[in-house]
Amino acid sequence: MYKIVDKKVLNDDIDFMRIEAPLVARNAKPGHFIILRVDDEGERIPLTIADNDEKHVDIIYQKMGYSTKMLGEKQIGDHVADFVGPLGKAAHIRDKQHVVGVAGGVGAAPLLPQLKAYKKAGSKVTLILGARNKDFLILRDEYEQFVDEVIYTTDDGSFGEKGLVTDPLERKLKDDETIDHVIAIGPVIMMKFCTQTAVKHGRSIDVSLNPIMIDGTGMCGNCRVNIAGKTFFACIDGPDFEGHEVDFDGLMKRQSYYKDEEHQCYIRLKDGR
Amino acid sequence: MAANKTPRTKMPEQDPLKRTSNFLEVALGYAVEDAKKEAIRCIDCKNPRCVQACPVSVKIPEFIKQIMNDDMDGAFDTIYEDNILPSICGRVCPQESQCEGACVLGIKGEPVSIGALERFVGDYGMEKNLADTSVDEEKPQKVAVVGSGPAGLANAASLRRRGYQVTVFEALHEYGGVLTYGIPEFRLPKEIVNKEIDNLKEMGVTFVKNAIIGKSITIEQLKEDGFEAIFVGSGAGLPSSLGIPGENYNGVYFANEFLTRVNLMRSNTFPSHATPIKVGGTVAVVGGGNVAMDAARTAKRIGAKDVMIIYRRDKDSLPARLEEIHHAEEEGIEMNLLYNPVEIYGADYEVKAVRCERMKLGEKDASGRRRPLPTGEYKTFDIDSIIIAIGQKPNPIIKQNTMGLDTHEWGGIITDEKHMTSLDGVFAGGDAVTGAATVILAMGTGKDAAGSMDEYLRNKA
Repeated sequence: MYKIVDKKVLNDDIDFMRIEAPLVARNAKPGHFIILRVDDEGERIPLTIADNDEKHVDIIYQKMGYSTKMLGEKQIGDHVADFVGPLGKAAHIRDKQHVVGVAGGVGAAPLLPQLKAYKKAGSKVTLILGARNKDFLILRDEYEQFVDEVIYTTDDGSFGEKGLVTDPLERKLKDDETIDHVIAIGPVIMMKFCTQTAVKHGRSIDVSLNPIMIDGTGMCGNCRVNIAGKTFFACIDGPDFEGHEVDFDGLMKRQSYYKDEEHQCYIRLKDGR
Repeated sequence: MAANKTPRTKMPEQDPLKRTSNFLEVALGYAVEDAKKEAIRCIDCKNPRCVQACPVSVKIPEFIKQIMNDDMDGAFDTIYEDNILPSICGRVCPQESQCEGACVLGIKGEPVSIGALERFVGDYGMEKNLADTSVDEEKPQKVAVVGSGPAGLANAASLRRRGYQVTVFEALHEYGGVLTYGIPEFRLPKEIVNKEIDNLKEMGVTFVKNAIIGKSITIEQLKEDGFEAIFVGSGAGLPSSLGIPGENYNGVYFANEFLTRVNLMRSNTFPSHATPIKVGGTVAVVGGGNVAMDAARTAKRIGAKDVMIIYRRDKDSLPARLEEIHHAEEEGIEMNLLYNPVEIYGADYEVKAVRCERMKLGEKDASGRRRPLPTGEYKTFDIDSIIIAIGQKPNPIIKQNTMGLDTHEWGGIITDEKHMTSLDGVFAGGDAVTGAATVILAMGTGKDAAGSMDEYLRNKA
């Protein structure tokens, strides 16, 4: 059992949690993820590590499905049944002059440690953070402490620019020749269009993939993704890949395989288990 | 030699029509009378070939004689000395190619049902809680065992008996490795796995779950933490793919994923357990080993109407245990032999059909089996899902995260005759070394390695 030592509700959809998990914290690095099970009947849910100290690991999750909603019902002092990691390859912090980090919604959480690492390594960093509306723009304070430039977008124009993250990305890549790398983390469709934009302007781009997973150790093969025509396992070969090599359409299809079943679970949740 | 002519005592089984709609055990085990009746068939050879054919050298004629003499407690002690998982091995060992395959009675008639007898004695001992969990004089040295599958468990038990302070690290949220995530409930009830593991806990072995060695703790860090010897039994957790078009469509499962969803995550009880699974009405399973049979029979039990095995050689070449093939056939699994999948067809990224080439058998290959050869004739099977069960390679996590650990190109950890790897004090065994093999072979190397580790630690002290 793993104790929840802190929790904050960031908005209607997104929570922050700090979990006591020394075995995960010991070797955790930016880009790593964890897998947790809320209880003994639970699914194994993969979540990227947002931050950690020697004993604790921070996660930020969107309550979009049955299992994350169950997690959201847990409070400080409660426990989750299982919490394992760090999984995946740590993010590859490249030698770059100016990096644009693009995040959509809860993607702001996994991007944070990566962008911080770039800043620490001496790169100039620009953040483009997008969400549905002002309430869903998370971690603004945390980012504003260190980024060199920040652009916010909202779908409804309630904060920052109205529109999608790809609009300011397109503009920045056109106007600022010092930018030599992009990282995009968010919904697959967002990462797909960010990749198209980066490729169009001749910039490299890293994306972070989140296919369905079970064990997270390379054992089951559920998380396979098509990278430059070859099959890789996101859990042990990723989760970060170079955007221009990723088959995003295939990933979206594989992510949606159990959507009817997810709906069944969701109905059960609404009916009170 | 009247015993020769007596037929084997059959083990009662669940009716095939009923059992395909439940996950209860298929083979029901001997009653005391059955066991004694079967025990009498053993002719107690002077030079028992069965013992030589057993990877952990269980003293088979001795325990059979004890059954005959109604000394069931003694029979259990005899087995448990050499094999700490008798209830498991009695169920899953490929006896026909080991002890029973070597039995003299098999030359002219049917060999003694050694597996069934071992299972009987194991279950008897479990029921009566007979496992000898005593430990030699305590030794202060700490030993780490990576993986709680058969290799790790055998290694841990053997070292703990010698008095070492043993900690077993498991990556998943339940113990047992392939016994838990791989082998289905109807062939090996999880209750039995848990009870056998409880014996080790009682013996004083420490178990830590959710700990991935190589990630959570590196091998180097285990040494820093004071573990003086390490045994790596991380298994063959990396599925092999067919390498044909269409393999990433929805509805294409590797057997590991399919079986893990059901065995570990209990998706057969969805939605009370939250992990879903779906196979549709018609399922193809590619492969002919135990894993393929397990996947096919599991697919049937979670509601598939038609399940077929697709295998590129003939029936005699099927590597699965005879009993599993027999049970699969009884349960209506169709055998499409001498077919080799060449492409998976899909629509909207979901599986619709698999195209297979008809094969014929040629000369014997390196494995001693006749090599399947293409014929240029093809057949397409309409399916809703397909499960790929053509083997597993060693899990790569430890290799990827341990400097100086030598492995073969195919991923197996290289060990010397003492089971030591290229790293001092780091030993390895089971599928991580051999590639996917059997429970008992893994246990055998785990047990052997424990002997070498004991020697290593004594020399070090």
